[in-house]
Amino acid sequence: MRNALVSAENLQLTLKTDFSSEEQALTIKHSIKQVMLESNKESLKLEAMKRIVGLIAKGKNASELFPAVVKNVASKNIELKKLVYVYLVRYAEEQQDLALLSISTFQRALKDPNQLIRASALRVLSSIRVPIIVPIMMLAIKEAATDLSPYVRKTAAHAIQKLYSLDPDQKEHLIEVIEKLLKDKSTLVAGSVVMAFEEVCPDRIDLIHKNYRKLCNLLVDVEEWGQVVIIHMLTRYARTQFVSPWREDAMFDENNEKAFYDSEEERKVEQTRPYIMDPDHRLLLRNTKPLLQSRNTAVVMAVSQLYWHLAPKHELSIITKSLVRLLRSHREVQYVVLQNIATMSIQRKGMFEPFMKSFYVRSTDATHIKTLKLEILTNLANEANISTILREFQTYVKSQDKAFAAATIQAIGRCATNISEVTDTCLNGLVLLLSNRDETVVAESVVVIKKLLQTQPSQHSDIIKHMAKLFDNITVPMARASILWLMGEYCEHVPKIAPDVLRKMAKTFTNEEDIVKLQIVNLAAKLYLTNSKQTKLLTQYILNLGKYDQNYDIRDRTRFIRQLIVPNEKSGALSKYARRILMAPKPAPVLQSAFKDRDRFQLGTLSHTLNSQASGYLELSDWPAVAPDQSVRNVEVVEPQKNGNAVKVESRSESESGSESSSSESSSESGSELDSDSDSGTDQKKNTKPKPVQSKPVIKVRSTTEYKHALLLIIMTKYILIHIVLSISTQFFVNCMCSLLHLCVFLACQFDAVSWHVHVSLQASSPVFVPETSHELLHRMTGKGLSAQYRFTRQPCIYGNSMVSLQLTLSNSSDQALENIHISEKSSTGQNIHRFNAIERLEPQASVTVSMGVDFNDSTQAANFQLCTKEDEFSVSIQPAVGELLLPITMSEADFTKEQGKLMGMNESSATITMKPENVSSQSVNRKVVSVANIGVIPSSQENIYRFAGKTVSSGSLVLVSVALKDPDAVITINTEKTVIGSMLLRQFKTALTNSGP
Amino acid sequence: MIHSLFLVNASGDIFLEKHWKSVVSRSVCDYFFEALERATEPENVPPVIPTPHHFLINVLRHRIYFVAVIQSEVPPLFVIEFLHRVVDTFQDYFGVCSEAAIKDNVVVVYELLEEMLDNGFPLATESNILKELIKPPTILRTVVNTITGSTNVGEQLPTGQLSVVPWRRTGVKYTNNEAYFDVVEEIDAIIDKSGSTITAEIQGVIDACVKLTGMPDLTLSFMNPRLLDDVSFHPCVRFKRWEAERILSFIPPDGNFRLLSYHVSSQNLVAIPVYVKHNISFREGSSQGRFELTLGPKQTMGKAVESVLVSSQLPRGVLNANLSPSQGTYTFDPVTKLLSWDVGKINPQKLPSLKGSVSLQTGASKPDENPTINIQFKIQQLAISGLKVNRLDMYGEKYKPFKGIKYMTKAGKFQVRT
Repeated sequence: MRNALVSAENLQLTLKTDFSSEEQALTIKHSIKQVMLESNKESLKLEAMKRIVGLIAKGKNASELFPAVVKNVASKNIELKKLVYVYLVRYAEEQQDLALLSISTFQRALKDPNQLIRASALRVLSSIRVPIIVPIMMLAIKEAATDLSPYVRKTAAHAIQKLYSLDPDQKEHLIEVIEKLLKDKSTLVAGSVVMAFEEVCPDRIDLIHKNYRKLCNLLVDVEEWGQVVIIHMLTRYARTQFVSPWREDAMFDENNEKAFYDSEEERKVEQTRPYIMDPDHRLLLRNTKPLLQSRNTAVVMAVSQLYWHLAPKHELSIITKSLVRLLRSHREVQYVVLQNIATMSIQRKGMFEPFMKSFYVRSTDATHIKTLKLEILTNLANEANISTILREFQTYVKSQDKAFAAATIQAIGRCATNISEVTDTCLNGLVLLLSNRDETVVAESVVVIKKLLQTQPSQHSDIIKHMAKLFDNITVPMARASILWLMGEYCEHVPKIAPDVLRKMAKTFTNEEDIVKLQIVNLAAKLYLTNSKQTKLLTQYILNLGKYDQNYDIRDRTRFIRQLIVPNEKSGALSKYARRILMAPKPAPVLQSAFKDRDRFQLGTLSHTLNSQASGYLELSDWPAVAPDQSVRNVEVVEPQKNGNAVKVESRSESESGSESSSSESSSESGSELDSDSDSGTDQKKNTKPKPVQSKPVIKVRSTTEYKHALLLIIMTKYILIHIVLSISTQFFVNCMCSLLHLCVFLACQFDAVSWHVHVSLQASSPVFVPETSHELLHRMTGKGLSAQYRFTRQPCIYGNSMVSLQLTLSNSSDQALENIHISEKSSTGQNIHRFNAIERLEPQASVTVSMGVDFNDSTQAANFQLCTKEDEFSVSIQPAVGELLLPITMSEADFTKEQGKLMGMNESSATITMKPENVSSQSVNRKVVSVANIGVIPSSQENIYRFAGKTVSSGSLVLVSVALKDPDAVITINTEKTVIGSMLLRQFKTALTNSGP
Repeated sequence: MIHSLFLVNASGDIFLEKHWKSVVSRSVCDYFFEALERATEPENVPPVIPTPHHFLINVLRHRIYFVAVIQSEVPPLFVIEFLHRVVDTFQDYFGVCSEAAIKDNVVVVYELLEEMLDNGFPLATESNILKELIKPPTILRTVVNTITGSTNVGEQLPTGQLSVVPWRRTGVKYTNNEAYFDVVEEIDAIIDKSGSTITAEIQGVIDACVKLTGMPDLTLSFMNPRLLDDVSFHPCVRFKRWEAERILSFIPPDGNFRLLSYHVSSQNLVAIPVYVKHNISFREGSSQGRFELTLGPKQTMGKAVESVLVSSQLPRGVLNANLSPSQGTYTFDPVTKLLSWDVGKINPQKLPSLKGSVSLQTGASKPDENPTINIQFKIQQLAISGLKVNRLDMYGEKYKPFKGIKYMTKAGKFQVRT
């Protein structure tokens, strides 16, 4: 104890000092560990945990504290627990073995009545990236997917993605869960499950069909992040399901849906080629439109791209305002939005033209914003507004931000080529800029002028002359090279100046940059061909200089030019064509937007922003030529309701007993095999209802319980192994002693988690007696060779907790094989029937046994259904004996009398009978009673009283039977809420006990 | 979605990291630092930076870069919007969002980030839900917690999380029931050399501070709703009513929130409340330049123009400024060349002016362009667009709340080119 105090003080001291150096951090870790290991005080632990989180936040390694931290995972203090979670999620991947120790805590928390705790347990459990727990995660997800709380279901949807990234092999199972969750009606779940869908199985578009309309209608109420994801998914979906609304002469006939939507869309009737928009397509557009008003910029952008990709062109204009509004937002938002507008404005100028002034550049904008605005302004330029835009550009050219000024000059160049009316004006303006003091501006102007002159076939010798005059003042190599190229290209227009420029260049050749040198050689060659008289010697000189240049490119070029133009005996056939090669008319460069080809990406995506495909990008498909079947989106109204009920019922009356025999069955029926023993939202109900039932540990361990034990075994082995390893190194000796202590604690927790966490007074038990008699369902005469017999197995049904399980034996007594034997979909009496899987083929004289479940709803009303083969249908019915509607339970005698005391009066029915003497023995009474009804025997301390207990399958109401012998009479008493069942049982017991025989 | 988050301070140090999936080494930020070095101004760092295996999306606020690491396709605005929401939450919790505040509250920050994202997908971003999950740190609570050992973390699922009104919690109680609305309008304008308006638009917001008991249902109507050209709402506003009747009908969140932001149609003429007379000239060859500024009110509907602040980025060649203001104070930073003049209130009788000379570096050539002047100002009791609230009604609760509406006009991005 003293030790602990000292170290606690230590900690406090060290914590006060700032621990920037690693060494100090180490001492901190040490003292934290000491306190964590030895202190019992919550507040100290919490303080230490906060320090550890501080270390994690700084990116310091705190993984060696793992064993000390992880034992606090079960702490009562919720903040401490949360911080431990943070730690666990961060380091579990590195310390997989130790992380397993915490699993049991989460498994227990998954059944907590508080939904927040259930959800956070699932969150952490699924965030622990340890492959060995994949099956546990899978179970937990399946269970949570049917939870009553939408918040927990939402967490389950998130967990799906985590599990998928941990183990992609689970894909098939996860898709099943996704399919189930997609049907969920809660707005809370919708966004998360669609996210999971996008991550796990974006190609399974068929899962969306049935939920399409629901998603459209829920969309407005979904939280904003979910909206973004759903809208992007629906955009892709719509592109595969609807035909294009963008016909050449698109005219819209929306009259047919007027009545349905009474929309205010303008009415355009065109008989020639009617395009009728699918109502579902319209539904999507209509339901997303209000979201343009969202405060979340991502939502607005998502809706905008949806309209861009899906809406008829004339409806596009509604997104403009909203997009322009986003420009008021943060710098980063502006950047992304402007990029998208840039792409849009290339294709549809009209959309943004009225808002041109919103794209005017401010001096305070960041450079990349400025360039984007410039891009858009250039795209928007047309004959009408070009003068305004050019005036604006003039201001930009003078900007202090020179990179931006240069970009403006480029933009002017683009405007000049696009709009022929202003080409001359622009050219003159650019020439004026040549006398600018800033080099970059001049250089950029020269480059742009060069491009412009190439596109301009008219006379421009005066501009070239002007440039030749400026040549001496221009120092930027690119600009000099451009002027030289212009000289050479148009040397015939400036016959006097060009040779002079060459003369000057010959003097400075050695001091020029490489690109300039190349152009000098180029100019020399061209002049040699056109004006060899004046320039022959100069060319020779320059070629000689080039021959000995340091740069091999220039040496190469010189050699090539010399061979090409200077005639000598070795020169080949090429020199004849020299003039045609060098002076060939060159195509003018096309000045176009950098955003020209961006529209290959879906707007609003990362790939669009980067203009390169990001991983995980899903291509938007082209419109189908013919619309796929629309009816796939039709939803039968009944079905989802039924489903909803089923889910509710399932999770409400879920109990361990339900899973008892399910180990042998397939795992496809999720939900029913999971053990959720207390339900969540309905805590108040729990008190009035019998406590959930659970199987005894060790003796009857089945299915999930068995699984848990297997896991426990794994963990134990792991733990022991760890300790063996640890104890080898003596420095950890003390550590190990403590850890061994934890082992005990943990094992205790484990057992606790597995078996005793709900203190139960009622225990489900296996049936005492299973009658072998089968009843006939279908005679072979009426069944045209197919005969069927059924038998009550008296086992808890694996298909649903409220079902009675039946075994069906089908045999074929005809001489040909029967095909496709199944139960038809419609059940006439409304019972919920779990059908057996269709039997594809039954050979002659063969028989097959299948199991099925029927929810009789605690009544003896017969279940009628159709047994079908490939050719025929037979109406059959199963009439259950009242005793089969029960399941046995065990309880102590005291509990029995206590419960019996609660069920007096109306709930009690009793009768006095005279027993046959041969029936009086305890054995025969027991046998008689349990053969009539599926109930369990309660050990009795009194000799003459026999007690039996059961519960009804559907509602779980208690049925208590006692038989008191008073020679020769016997009093049968039945106590149950279900009085009808009580009286029917009583009658049957009476006949059974008065009759002799076995 | 969002893999990890790194917080980088102005000097380029990572001072906090958080991972929602597997740990991403902080060396991934090297690409960001490269971009940071290349950028001339802090704002010029591109918001989206591709690296070989990841994508970095960053936002810059309060001189802190929030760098999110993304591994696969995701709408960039999704991440950007979320990061801004994180900053807003920090500001809400700690008053300021500074490196010091984050470091001091690192545990709360971690708890918040943990709640806001699950596996990289936003979980709870609504401030009122977060506040129920994790209580904001206050001095009193810190003291109480150390004594009693209680915690900042709520034990129950916030009521808002599941209800149809996720923005409001149930069981709100106040002794004084009050609802205040601030109509704040900002003028964005570019004025050219000659004083004529190149572009001007009005952006407005209605910020509310509502402290009402129970579940009140409010309606707010305007005298002239037609003025509003484009609006975006807090999720609480019923869109259908707005479409049909142009009435704002909503169950308000508890506390401060932004009810509405709007844009006044650009077709309307915008009144410009101030004018600037300027005479800035540099002469070729001389190392001196003249600098004269005079401000005056214009179209202010009789209201005073207050808190005027003029700032201007002078050309790089300027060495120093030697000016004398007729009122207020001015500063000139010779390193960043930023001139700022805190004018205060404009007195229409005696117009404020700033006169003097600026000295240029010897030998430096005359700047080609005169500097742009940015102006900030405030006008109380006036919505420049003419928007007026008609009435505010409350339904669903019995008591009588105290109501208040305040108007204000501010300069947004108000620039004068000289």
